[in-house]
Amino acid sequence: MSGDKLLEIKNLKQYFNVDRKDEVRAVNDISFDIYRGETFGLVGESGCGKSTTGRTIIRLYDATSGEVKFNGVDVHGKKSKAVLKEFNRKMQMIFQDPYASLNPRMTVKEIISEGLDIHGLVKTDIERTERVQDLLETVGLNKEHASRYPHEFSGGQRQRIGIARALAVEPEFIIADEPISALDVSIQAQVVNLLKELQEERGLTYLFIAHDLSMVKYISDRIAVMYFGKVVELADSDELYKNPLHPYTKSLLSAIPLPDPDYERNRKRVEYDPSMHDQSETPEFREVTSGHWVLCTTKEFEQYKEIKS
Amino acid sequence: MENILEVKDLHVTFDTYGGTVQAVRGVNFNLKKGETLAIVGESGSGKSVTTKALMGLIPKPAGKIPKGEILFGGKDLAKLNDKQMQQIRGRDISMIFQDPMTSLNPTMKISKQIMEGLIQHQKLSKKEARTRAIELLRLVGIPEPEERINQYPHQFSGGMRQRVVIAIALACNPQILLADEPTTALDVTIQAQILELMKDIQEKTQTSIVFITHDLGVVANVADRVAVMYAGKIVEIGTVDDIFYNPKHPYTWGLLGSMPTLDNDEDQLVAIPGTPPDLMHPPKGDAFAPRNPNVMKIDLEKEPPMFQVSDTHYAATWLLHENAPKIEPPAAVKRRMQGFASDHGPTEEGEKR
Repeated sequence: MSGDKLLEIKNLKQYFNVDRKDEVRAVNDISFDIYRGETFGLVGESGCGKSTTGRTIIRLYDATSGEVKFNGVDVHGKKSKAVLKEFNRKMQMIFQDPYASLNPRMTVKEIISEGLDIHGLVKTDIERTERVQDLLETVGLNKEHASRYPHEFSGGQRQRIGIARALAVEPEFIIADEPISALDVSIQAQVVNLLKELQEERGLTYLFIAHDLSMVKYISDRIAVMYFGKVVELADSDELYKNPLHPYTKSLLSAIPLPDPDYERNRKRVEYDPSMHDQSETPEFREVTSGHWVLCTTKEFEQYKEIKS
Repeated sequence: MENILEVKDLHVTFDTYGGTVQAVRGVNFNLKKGETLAIVGESGSGKSVTTKALMGLIPKPAGKIPKGEILFGGKDLAKLNDKQMQQIRGRDISMIFQDPMTSLNPTMKISKQIMEGLIQHQKLSKKEARTRAIELLRLVGIPEPEERINQYPHQFSGGMRQRVVIAIALACNPQILLADEPTTALDVTIQAQILELMKDIQEKTQTSIVFITHDLGVVANVADRVAVMYAGKIVEIGTVDDIFYNPKHPYTWGLLGSMPTLDNDEDQLVAIPGTPPDLMHPPKGDAFAPRNPNVMKIDLEKEPPMFQVSDTHYAATWLLHENAPKIEPPAAVKRRMQGFASDHGPTEEGEKR
């Protein structure tokens, strides 16, 4: 990946119930960059903070502290309405549950054109209809579908409507939060292929959040693994799968069942025990080899470097 | 090995306002003692309805079993009334549901939920049932069972709750355990633990398991045999190796091709085009034909029978007919077959007729 950073995340923190007994540090000081045109995968188990990270980036939550820079401009903090609107156009989101993320009382045309109207991208109704029909065809639906309601569609088709809605305002960056988890295997592949095609055509950048590691590996250029609000490892997707360094990544990889009975019969699962780390030292995020970052103590860092050399 | 359960030509229909939905359209399979049979398929393929029929849980009066037999212990379960079914449900056949958050009663302590079946079926006293419940919790790997037994479901995590559900299902030493997507709601590491637990328990108790899932990775992990369901029918059935390394049905090809493997560097996944058919009006001929890229004329006219591939392996596709043209499976599936052949020598080819 070339060095053109679209998104820079620095020491991002998102706490809930701050200064109360039940304070939750959902996202606890994470930093990474997303380059233009790439797919950045974010994986982890439920409750690790991956969805919160996505939502904080797109300003659905106000960050507790830290920076999110989009095209070099901080997303958070006070903004004029016009600037905010521009952000909202450039950054879009695709949600997990296609049954809950579409308003059942709006037609497909209304759902997709809402963003067009807000951002004043179309002038007349004829233009609006044309845009909606174009978008529907782009995502593999028919233009006749425009006048229907969400309940008339299957899960995979609804997810396509969600994608059309995100694309309508011509964003540069799309956050896809578990976009395929609710779909059947054969339909998952359709949606993933569609996302890939759209990326090639339009030069989109994706943040792909998921717990299904095999799908994430397939679609992502780089992957970050999250555990308890921290990014524990970040590397190119091949590198991460072939040479995982952090013991949590290893345990996560060893837990995925693959559609290969022979592999399954011999798979050994590794368990992760957080107490294996030296608790007296606060681990830091360090670059072991070029582009391969691991959260580790100084001693572990030396060990990892030895493994890699 | 002896067959513990035989399902013959099972049909299940549901009456709706729109018409009659033919959810299961003639399913045949056997379950052997101590084996795990995985049923895979998309949502709406009838896999859950099939297991619900085995448990006598088809909602009446909308749901009916117009045809077919479910033979278990000399009885046809499809013909039993509610009261007779209650004697079997939970004692001989029990079920693990998908979502541990909703399958436990939130207002009851787990002790009561586990003891219920023991008192009902095994006529244990409260005290005996409690001792047994603690044993069960220990068996499913819940630490400090003496303390935990007095807690409510909300005090358990998702994985621990599923363990409780498994403990309830195992309470009366059932001969058959029906597991309907038992790990779908769980994280991968927890999923791995639950699968290991189920295999462990199966080894100890020789329970037969019917495992429903759409995750082929899980299938490869747990199953001895696999049945692939599509549009209310079993389209292919065989040992786990038959299905993964020598698949014959185009739908099975599609399923295997749409899963990325970790060593896969391809640009495109082989997605199955289109969507499953509407079972209110099941199509004539092979139900998969409209989505099959290599569809033949006969697929649209006549339904294929089950062709035998080997002693253990059957598939319902006209491609296995002697006059059928030779159609190659997609590249991703072929590589899987080759990879297996090169790892294991010629066993692969030898399996063909």
